[in-house]
Amino acid sequence: MSMKATIRQVDSVTVVDVSGRITLGEGCTQLRELVRDQLSKGNKWVLLNLADVTYIDSSGIGELVSAFTGVAKQGGALKLLHLTKKVHDLLQITKLYTVFDVHDDEARAIGSFEKASSA
Amino acid sequence: MTPESSVVEVTLESDLKNVEVAEEISRRVAGTAGFNEEEQHRIEMAVHESMINAIWHGNKNDSSKSVWLRFQIHRDRLEIRIRDQGNGFDPKHIPDPLADENLLNVSGRGIFLIRSFMDEFRVEHINGKGTEVTLVKRLSSKIQPKQGGSDREHESHNSTG
Repeated sequence: MSMKATIRQVDSVTVVDVSGRITLGEGCTQLRELVRDQLSKGNKWVLLNLADVTYIDSSGIGELVSAFTGVAKQGGALKLLHLTKKVHDLLQITKLYTVFDVHDDEARAIGSFEKASSA
Repeated sequence: MTPESSVVEVTLESDLKNVEVAEEISRRVAGTAGFNEEEQHRIEMAVHESMINAIWHGNKNDSSKSVWLRFQIHRDRLEIRIRDQGNGFDPKHIPDPLADENLLNVSGRGIFLIRSFMDEFRVEHINGKGTEVTLVKRLSSKIQPKQGGSDREHESHNSTG
């Protein structure tokens, strides 16, 4: 199953519901283009909901890092929501769990953007 | 799995679409060997990363080349060998992805993940053939292969094959 993404706008936050595989090739390319497209529209507060991500590899992790730094360079923020155990473990192993702002509750995650954007 | 099938060998066209084929084989073999679901996933990921390295870095994405895989269930471990037709690499020269200066690098985590998920990882350049990586995952004393798959059985298989 390749990657699929559905985009929702909740207040000023762009919530991206991602499902499937974020791996070298199609999945990574899709994610890269999606984030680039949102930034070009001025949507720089991005929440990636990874609840239905079935597989992520080293390239997929790299793509998350690239998205994270790319959004930050535009003065925005990219946060993660609903990590599966597999993704959680991968971020722990690679020491990236402390780099990303990770949430389990969507409303709180969106609220955290509002605090950051109004600060 | 019968004693004769304690070794699985397959040669795949060097194409990214075959990464999922290798994953599927590794998941089935790991399950047969007796690994639990979480361990199966880790073995599958190690094979996934090794396949990416073989296809992308070893064979330079040349689909006329191939990747050879061999899975062998021993009494106490699963051994996986993956060989490409490339010129090899020295894992000592790969930067530490956990170092502060590398933490936000986009690439360079594949070998690290393989090492994290497996008990042994070796790289060998075989003259005229390519580069072979060997991945080993040991079975804990509490779990045993579901059927067949011992060293002795494999020796017998080799001597008659």
